[in-house]
Amino acid sequence: MPCISADGKPTATGIATLKSLKDGPLTPEEVAGKTGQPLFKVRSGLRELKSAGFVEEASEKFTLSKTGNDAIQ
Amino acid sequence: MSETQEKMETPILGHQAPDFEAQTTQGTLRLSDYKGTWLILFSHPADFTPVCTTEFMAFAEIYEDLKKRNTELLGLSVDSVSSHIAWVRNVEEKMGVKIPFPIIADLNKDVAKKYGMIHPQQSKTETVRCVFIIDPESKIRAMLYYPLSTGRNMQEILRLIDALQTTDKYKVATPANWKPGDAVVVPAPTTIDQLEERLKEQGYECKDWYLCKKKLPES
Repeated sequence: MPCISADGKPTATGIATLKSLKDGPLTPEEVAGKTGQPLFKVRSGLRELKSAGFVEEASEKFTLSKTGNDAIQ
Repeated sequence: MSETQEKMETPILGHQAPDFEAQTTQGTLRLSDYKGTWLILFSHPADFTPVCTTEFMAFAEIYEDLKKRNTELLGLSVDSVSSHIAWVRNVEEKMGVKIPFPIIADLNKDVAKKYGMIHPQQSKTETVRCVFIIDPESKIRAMLYYPLSTGRNMQEILRLIDALQTTDKYKVATPANWKPGDAVVVPAPTTIDQLEERLKEQGYECKDWYLCKKKLPES
């Protein structure tokens, strides 16, 4: 998986995605713009990060959860 | 009729592309992940085969050109993710070509059946060389089918993307053998008034009233 490794921790791509959210909620398009990743990878990665509890989604924007915030400290 | 023939669906130009969620070499991907970009979904018969290897290297070669056209590539065969990974590593190590796009591992043929990729007269188990061009609204805009024995032409695939994007942008059509920079075909007049207006306007190269071409502003 591109954003979550087998042990359930964020990969380097996952950390980059999480860091892009540290200043507030973003749409997948905005995350793609900030990280330089292709949009399809960002959407797939955010889905994984959400499923693993690192991000939350509201009104088509993604934000860091407490777990996600802890992961990038 | 075999089970494969009974369940195979036939995609239609202009219809919504069948949705899917699939395991790929770059994680789990859905068709909807590509919304807003053009997508070339293509199938190949099998990993570690000679024609497919030349095709993958050729697709990798045009990948940057496709990205400039807001277009992504997504490969597919009925091999496993492990097989795909081993093959792309082999291509990189032995041929020096990195495969930058994901490849679907369609082991249970879910996606292949939705897109009619298995043609039993060619192979009952392998996917033929299909190309589906899917637009940013997830509509199927073009389809190509090549037999197992014939590798695809990347320049034609690039030309097709250019033609479709030009058609959308300028509401024109593209003539035979068109390439970017060539004159495009304007729709034939549908009323006498339109015809008379067309004949008075400058900038058209008309062979007759129904066959007129024009150069595009940026060409």
